Formats: sequence, structure tokens, C-alpha cells
Amino acid sequence: MSTAVTWSTFLQALPGAFRKMDPRELISSPVMLVVEVGAVVATVDAVTSPSLFGWLIVGWLWLTVLFGTLAESVAEGRGKAQAASLRESQKQTMARKVDAWDDQLGYTGGLATLKTVEVASTTLRVGDVVVVRAGERIPGDGDIIEGVATVDESAITGESAPVIRESGGDRSAVTGGTVVLSDEIVVRIAAEPGHSFVDRMIALVEGSERQRTPNEIALNILLISLTAIFILVVVTLQPFAKYSGGKQSLIVLVALLVCLIPTTIGALLSAIGIAGMDRLVRRNVLAMSGRAVEAAGDVDVLLLDKTGTITYGNRQATELIPVSGIEPARLSTAARLSSLSDDTPEGKSIVELVNRDTTIAPAPALHGATLIPFSASTRVSGVDLEIDGRLHRIRKGAASAITKWVHAEGGRTSSDVDTAVGDISATGGTPLVVAEQIDDLPPVALGVIHLKDVVKEGLAERFAEMRAMGIRTVMITGDNAITANAIAKEAGVDDVLAEATPEDKLALIRKEQEGGRLVAMCGDGTNDAPALAQADVGVAMNSGTSAAKEAGNMVDLDSDPTKLIEIVEIGKQLLITRGALTTFSIANDVAKYFAILPAMFVAIYPGLHVLNIMGLSSPKSAILSAVIFNALIIVALIPLSLRGVHYRPSAAADLLRRNILIYGVGGLIAPFIGIKLIDLLVSTLPGI
Amino acid sequence: MPALLQILVLVLALGLCIRPLGDYMARVYTSPKHLRVERGAYRLLRIDPDADQRWSTYAVALLGFSLVSILFLYAFGRLQQLLPLSLGDKALPASGAFNTAISFATNTDWQWYSGEAATGHLIQMAGLAVQNFASAAVGMAVAVALIRGIARTRADGRVGNFWSDLVRTVVRILLPLAFVAAIVLVALGVVQNFASPHVVHTLAGQAQHLTGGPVASQEAIKEVGTNGGGFYNANSAHPYENPGPFSNILEIFLLLVIPFSLTRTFGVMVKDKRQGWAILAVMSTILITSIGLLTWAEMAGHGTAPQLAGGAMEGKEVRFGTAASALFAAATTGTSTGSVNSMHDSLTASGGGVTMFNMMLGEVAPGGTGSGLYGLLVLAILSVFVAGLMVGRTPEYLGKKIRGGEMKLVATYILTTPAIVLIGGAIAVSFHGGLVGLEASGPHGLSEAVYAVTSAGNNNGSAFGGLTSGTPFWNILLGMCMLLGRFVPMLLVLGLAGRLATQQKVPPSAGTLPTHRPLFVGLLIGVTLVVVGLTYIPVLSLAPIAEALK
Repeated sequence: MSTAVTWSTFLQALPGAFRKMDPRELISSPVMLVVEVGAVVATVDAVTSPSLFGWLIVGWLWLTVLFGTLAESVAEGRGKAQAASLRESQKQTMARKVDAWDDQLGYTGGLATLKTVEVASTTLRVGDVVVVRAGERIPGDGDIIEGVATVDESAITGESAPVIRESGGDRSAVTGGTVVLSDEIVVRIAAEPGHSFVDRMIALVEGSERQRTPNEIALNILLISLTAIFILVVVTLQPFAKYSGGKQSLIVLVALLVCLIPTTIGALLSAIGIAGMDRLVRRNVLAMSGRAVEAAGDVDVLLLDKTGTITYGNRQATELIPVSGIEPARLSTAARLSSLSDDTPEGKSIVELVNRDTTIAPAPALHGATLIPFSASTRVSGVDLEIDGRLHRIRKGAASAITKWVHAEGGRTSSDVDTAVGDISATGGTPLVVAEQIDDLPPVALGVIHLKDVVKEGLAERFAEMRAMGIRTVMITGDNAITANAIAKEAGVDDVLAEATPEDKLALIRKEQEGGRLVAMCGDGTNDAPALAQADVGVAMNSGTSAAKEAGNMVDLDSDPTKLIEIVEIGKQLLITRGALTTFSIANDVAKYFAILPAMFVAIYPGLHVLNIMGLSSPKSAILSAVIFNALIIVALIPLSLRGVHYRPSAAADLLRRNILIYGVGGLIAPFIGIKLIDLLVSTLPGI
Repeated sequence: MPALLQILVLVLALGLCIRPLGDYMARVYTSPKHLRVERGAYRLLRIDPDADQRWSTYAVALLGFSLVSILFLYAFGRLQQLLPLSLGDKALPASGAFNTAISFATNTDWQWYSGEAATGHLIQMAGLAVQNFASAAVGMAVAVALIRGIARTRADGRVGNFWSDLVRTVVRILLPLAFVAAIVLVALGVVQNFASPHVVHTLAGQAQHLTGGPVASQEAIKEVGTNGGGFYNANSAHPYENPGPFSNILEIFLLLVIPFSLTRTFGVMVKDKRQGWAILAVMSTILITSIGLLTWAEMAGHGTAPQLAGGAMEGKEVRFGTAASALFAAATTGTSTGSVNSMHDSLTASGGGVTMFNMMLGEVAPGGTGSGLYGLLVLAILSVFVAGLMVGRTPEYLGKKIRGGEMKLVATYILTTPAIVLIGGAIAVSFHGGLVGLEASGPHGLSEAVYAVTSAGNNNGSAFGGLTSGTPFWNILLGMCMLLGRFVPMLLVLGLAGRLATQQKVPPSAGTLPTHRPLFVGLLIGVTLVVVGLTYIPVLSLAPIAEALK
């Protein structure tokens, strides 16, 4: 994932850059169109009254236009390679279409046994049903209606590990062009050929369907009006100059105009937009529109599902609490033994927790032991085994179930157990009790296992960053309020929506939007679809259903819900880059005035020499140096516009201070130095 | 008075008044109650003062009112000789009446004529002075409409009622202020009578005609309403208008008090007083800097005479001195007043350049009554747009998002006045009709022409002297500059107010760009200087800058 811009990148982009110099193409970038018109006028002037100075100006004016189109071309080029590999996956394949009546297809079940016909994948229509076997390419986007399969999605995600897709549930969507590795599935096609997910992806990364975003439009309006002002300034300057007895040549006026209009940002504006989309694509996020990317920068509220986003999604054992008088090692050993027959993630986490403790001897071999596997109805697992001739019956399970067992066998649970169980429940965790019965003695409760939802690492810091950026995080969970609040506190989210139904989620989004806030969320299930559609930024997981993917305005190919945070940062970075380069461009004008104005009028008013604070060697050299600087700064800033300006999440006031210092004050100073340096070189030319 | 002392007195007086006056004006514009006299006026004009107008209706009412004002003044000027109290003054020529009608209805008060010689008492009182109230009120109405646009949420483009804003401004703000000011001015020696010209025989045996008139009453509103049209040709340099240092400082105070106080009104009405202070800080910083520059330029005037006199005294009144003249010049060009107590034509080249640059900034520091505030708010929105991007959000000002639609209006606003000034100036120096009016040649001549179109386009109204502007060419050119320079920006501002009023408010968060901190104040000053100021640098370099560096 190299983002470096090398010479070869430029060379490869050159042909495209020349094509883009066609005025019909340039019309979308009015500032650069003005430069081109200026270059034409200057060329005519240079032809009619040739001079070295004139031709040099003309040359650099054309270079200015070229550098502008080059920026866009380079930005587009970076998407081209990706588009090519995506196209590869869209090659026409044969599809085995189920040949049946529509009403037959409406049923699910037993479709795989129906007769199939071979058709070209390009002829498939929405609603068609196809059968795909191991080793075959899925012919189009759709949902699995029968079967389960492992699918290689590396063609679109770049991720080589296969993923499991199955009918029903929230992992039923498959993408055309991906390959089934095992088993057989029946897929109902959900997209017309040419309108598939990958087709959209290709269009996006190539930038061919790029539409201007609201913010880009607003910025373009500002640039056009600044251009108009400077056209006015230059056009009216001639009568004033004439009055003063210092009529200017056409070429000098064009040079002044080109230097004053905001060419830097005008040339880089579309490259910044393309590169912003590209940054998302590189993180395996597909935005359906640039508008959504911009909205991501504006987000005020992030709705995050607890499971999978904030926590790992399953409860894990984090602590063993022995009752008084019981050796911790005995509890650990018993907890592990009783969990060996528990295949649930919770059970496994208990075994892992004990195994991590190196002071506990490894689990003995269980010869002749009776395993009592965990079942949801008993909520208990355990083992009966003989150690040193005595029968140990070890049980682990829900507090109520184990207490019942202990009592039934004639034992008593100590108050320690009740206290520990109460404490764990109060913090939203799940307590499991471990008990042991030796021979026919009454069973003894050994202690309590603390299971809890484990919050992903580093999230608390990210949420703190979000808070600094002014973004509120809200955790959504189906858990009860106690559990939810405990997790929320640990993760550091700002708010919680507990016992949430999809309707609650939708209502929350509406309420936030009523208050003027922008909401982002991610989701994968069909029941998330309304909320995804309502949210300003709705990120659907690629593993989710077609309905969810259709409803959202972004799709995360990695199906990683935490990526929402990165998306917000990319959105912000995009806007910051535009703002920074606009500020830089406008601030540059001050130095250019100091270079060009004394050069133009020092002949009639020698006193104006005082304004030549850079001490430029001659009027011609001054004008030429300003034009050259103006052109070169575009090339110099192409890498920055593609990479985006450095962005560290922080409060608006800090960001502003930093960026004004770098791009505002820097933009004032940089051209003074740049023009002076260029002048030192240019002045060595004879006749300048 | 020493230079620093008078500035101190001024700052103190303004500091005491801004809060109470600003709060009072906010109450005037938000109170649901009508005064009895206002209700009478509404009934007479068959107006429903409680109808909340959409911005377009508001604009139509405003344009209609201004058009009637212009036509009325034009008729007044053309028919003057038939009216009483004309003092024998004749009808104004057509182009002159056109110019004057627009001039007073646009709060410019550019005067191509000598007040005492061309206009009688009636036209001064019933025509020009009435417009001094009305045009000031129109400017304030637009500012209030914009404030409402910012403050309101989902108001479907409704920005208030023009008629009620107009009438309330006149009845509750301008009349009381002007009344008190007039009394004080009379006490300080400004004349107020209806006498015919007083004939005095001088020692040399010649007869001198001393014209009196209702001067104090007009002087008060001339300053309070940032109008600037003098009763006499010499304007506030005339001893009957401005007898001494105290009346001088009072007049400066009067022309600054409403534009500055409106920032407080803004803060109160948008329910965030810090925003008002920030705008006030921008205005004060620019004004104080230009006062400093002007005073320095005049004190350090080149040549033997200025050195001996302790400052450049040409064109200045001895009873004011250099510092008070510089202060007045900065204040009158920083506001869109345009009254003068010295001849700006005779300022040093740099000093003249400062007055010109003050106007070129678009009359925003603190600008005219209302027009200064709305001008600076538009610039604030522009600054927010550029800076807002740099914090990574769709730019918003006080919770209102600035998108394409808003930027179209803002960008056109920023473009309008420079276009008028530059095109007007280019026309002036390209045609014989323009060139013959110029007294000087070279850079000073260019300054005369550029000053005139700048003053007209920005609705200031002060003159650079030297220019013979009473010709049809200049009357029409400047008339058009004043007309477009007043109403095009107003329409854009009302459109912007409507758009903003329609929007919903985004609640502020840590991610919102703060617009009340020193950083933003600095940024706004920077944007004003770079975006607006830079536009004029080329022409300035051929006029005052070239002259100063000679």
C-alpha cells in the first residue's frame, strides 16, 4: 500500500494529463480554464511580438495548465491498477441457472436438486436463482438461499483468508466475482449485470463516476468568484496604467492574472477529492458517494453496536474468586476440569485463563472419566473422575443451577458465594459457580468464575479522541441496563442505549437528526437496514445481507465495525486538505503582488522600487520568477494533496491554530523565499 | 486636545454606551409591542406590522420604499424653485437631482453641490434630512434581518417585518438619539435657525452672506445615521457645523456609536454575547490601526511647513489640529459617514491612502449603521468557510452550515463592490468626461478619481476635493455606483438571511470552530485585509502609494 509518488507515477500519468488539457475537459475546473485561455492569449502575443521573455512566460503558463491536469491524472492513475484487477474478476463466466417457474423459485428448500441450465453470467437478471459449486466463480451479487460455503473474497477485499457465507442470518450476501472454495450454495441474484457491487467499485476507484460533493461545489464557487475578482483587477488595471503613462503588455497582464487567481487549489481540487476516495478504498471501504465521505467528517454522533464493535462479542473468564478456606489452585484446577467438556466460547475461555497461570499443573489425562457436556437446558458442565481412588464429581455452571445441585446433594453454599455472585452481577458480569463433591460427602462450592464482555483494547483512547473532536459515541446493545452501563463505563463511551430494538435505534437516529446532528452507524443485519438508510453515514458490513448493503452508503469489505472511526478521520482529513490548500493559495498572493507590481510600474514610478522587498534582479526576472513559482508549487503540492494533510484528532480550536500557522502563515512566507530563489537562477539568463 | 487624550475619551464614551445601547436596540427589534405613534403610522400606511415576511417580501418592501424615496427626492430637487423656504435656490439639473436623490436614499450623502448655495431649507429638512433618518434605518433593518436569519431555526426564510423594523428604528432609536445630540450640539455652539442669509459688510467693503439654518438638528442625524451630508459645503470643517474640539469629539462619537453598539445587539439577539464582542474586536482593531496610521502619516508630513507646524496642516482647521483631523478622517471613512472636518485631498499621500483603504475594505470597521455589521458578518461567514474546512467539518457559523447556496451569495457579495469601484474607476479615467473633472494629474489625479468611485461604491460619501464632480458624466457615474453599491449587496444579504433562517441549527461541540476567540478575530482581520484589501493593491500602487514613494 505505497502512497509514495515517484517520477514514474508522473510519467505514467503524463498522457492522461495532456488529454485533460482539452478545454472541454477543463471546463469543470474554471480556474485552470482561465489559465489556459490566458496561455492562448499569451501565445498569440508572443507570436506577434516575439521575445525570449515572452516565450518563457508562455512556456511556463502552458506548464501551469499541464501541472494542474497532471495532478488529477496522477490521482486517477492510482485507482486504475485496482480497477484492472477488479475487472479481471468480472470476466464473463458460465452460470448454472435453476430452470423453474417463478413461484417455484419463491420457495426456499430443495432448489439445488432442480434442473439447471448453463447461461452466460451477463444474462442473469434480478430474481434468477443459480447454483454454485466448489471451485466456481459466483456469477453475480446475491443472497444465499440454501447451503453454506467457504468463499474466497480476495478479489475484492485483498484478504486471502476465506470467509463463511450461509443462508439465513446476517452473513448471506455474496459478491459476484468471488470464488466458492467448498460446498455448494444456491444464490438468488440481487443485481443486474453492470450494476453489481464490483461494477460500482470499479467506477469509484477509477473516478469515472465522480460527482462533485456539496462542499466541493461551495469551494468551487468561492474559487470562481476570486477568479472573477482578479480578472476584474487585471482588466481594469490597464486603463489605470494607461492614465499613469505605463501601458502594460498583454503578456505581463496575463502573467499577473495567472499568478493572482487561486491556481494552486484550483489545480489540486479534484485530485484531493479522488485521493480522498482512494484512501477509503485502500482501507477496504467503499463509499457509494463522495457526499457520504464528506458527511463522515461532519458526524456528531457515532452509534456503535456493543457486540463485535466495542467488545469481542463473547463473554470471557477474567477472574476466579475462591471462597474462604479454599486454595486458589484447587479452584483453578476444578474450574478447568469442569470446563473441558464445555465447547462454548465461555467454557474455552475458562480453560485458557487457567492455562495462562503457569503455577497450575497441566490438566491430567482423563482416562475413564465421565464428561458431562454443557447444555443450554441444564446450564451446567462437569466431569466425574477418580483421583487416588476417590470419586471427584466436579460441576461448573450458572449460579442458580449449581446452588440447586449442591443443596440437592445435601451440601450448603457459603455466604462468600452469594456475595461474589451478587458483586459480579452488579457490574454486569456473569457469575459461574464451581462446586466439587468427593465420594458421598456433601458437595462444597469452591468459588466463582467471573465472566464478562471484554472491551477491545485501545478503544477507550479512541473514544477519548472522538470526544476531543466533538463526536459523541453511543453504545447500542440488547443487554439490560446494568450490563450495558458497566461495559459503557469501561469502554468510555458517552451514552448507552440498552435493551435496544431496531425500532429504538431508528428512533434514536431520528431524534439526534431532529436536533441538527449528523449520525453515523454500522450494521449488517436486514433489521439494521432502516437505521442504515436513515443514518447520515451508514456503513454496512460486507458480510452482511444485501438489504443492509443496499441501505448503507458505505460498505466495509473487512466487516470491521471499528473502522467507522477511521472513516470519520478520513472525511475530516479530506476537508482539512482542501481548506489548507485554499488558505495557502490565497496567502500566496501577497508575495506575488510584491514581486509583480513594482516590476510593472517601476519604470513610471521609480519610487515603487521600495516595494521590491525581495530585491529581485530585474522587472522581467521578477515576473518570470513569480510565474515559475506559481507553476512549480502545484507540482510540489501534488504529493500532499494525494496523501492528505497530517491529521491528528484534536479539538477544532487546536486544529485551526496549527493549520493556520502552517498553511496561512506558511503560505505568506513560502513564496517570498521561493520567488527569490527562482530569481537567483532566472537572472543568470542573458536578456532577462 | 492632545491626540491620546481624545482617543481615550472616545474609547471611554463608546465603552460606556455600547452595552446599554446595544441591549436597548435588541429590545427594540424583538419586542412584540408597538408604540401608539407607530400603530398610527401602520394604520395610515395600511400595513400589518406583525406579518413575518419572507426574505423576498422583505426585499421587495425595502426596494419599493427606497425607490419611492429616490423618486421623491428627485422631484424635490427638480421642483425646488416652486417650494417655500428655497432661499431663491433654483432647480437642480436633471443629472444632479438624479445623483442627489440616490446619494441620500443610499446613505451615501455624496454632494456634488455646495449645500448652502444649492439647497434651500425645505429640501434640506423635508427631503435630505428625512432620508438621513430613513436610509440609516434601511441599513439597520437589513442588518437586523441578517441577525434574525442567523438566530432563527427552520423559519422558512422569514426574517421579520421591514416596515416595523424601519419605523421602530426611526422612532425608537434614531429620533431620540438625534434629538439629544442636537440639543447638545446647540449648546456647544452649532447654529439652529430659519433666518435668511445674514449679510455682513467686511472691512474691505464687500458683502458676505452668512447662511444660517436648521444646522444642529441636521448635524445630529448626519453623524448618528452615518450619513455625512453636510449643511454646508465645508461640512464638519465649517464652524457653524462643528465649532470646536468638544463638538468635534462629540460628532466622532455620534458617528461611531450605532455601528459599534450593533455588535452588542447582534450578540444579544443570537443569544451568544461573545460573538458580538468578537465582531466588535475586529472592527476596533482595524479602526484603531487606521487611526494610528493616519495620525502618524499626518504628523510626519513631508516638507518644511509640516515640520515647523508639527504636522501637515494644509486643508486642516487650526481649531482642530492635526490629530483631531486625522481621528475624524479615520472615523468618517471607517464608518460610511463621509462627513469631513478637513480636506482629504490635502492629507498626506499615505494618509489619503489610509482613508481610501478604509472605504475599500467595504466599510466594515465599524461601517455604516447596519451596513457595517452585515458587511462584516458576510466576511465572517467567508472566513468561517475557509477556516472551517481546516478543522475538518462542513463550515458553520453560529450553527448554520455554509454550503453552495450560501457561498454563492457570499461570493457575489464579495465580488460586487470591488467590481463597481474598479469598473467605475476605469471608466472615469478612460473618458474625457471623467478626466476633465480631475484637478491634479499623475498619481494624485488618479487618487481623486479612485477616491470618488470608492466613496460612492461603498456608500461613504466623503470627497477627495479637487474633483469637479457636478458634471453629468460624474453625476451619472457616481449615481450608478451608489445605487448598485447599496442595493445589490443588500439583496444578497437578505437572500443569505432567508437561507440561514430556513436552516436548522447545529448544536456546537468540541469539533465546532469557535468564532469568538482571538484566533478567529485575527483570522477575520486577515481575510478582510487579504481577500478584500488585496483587490485594490494594484490601483493603490498607482495612486497614493506611487505618490507617497515619490
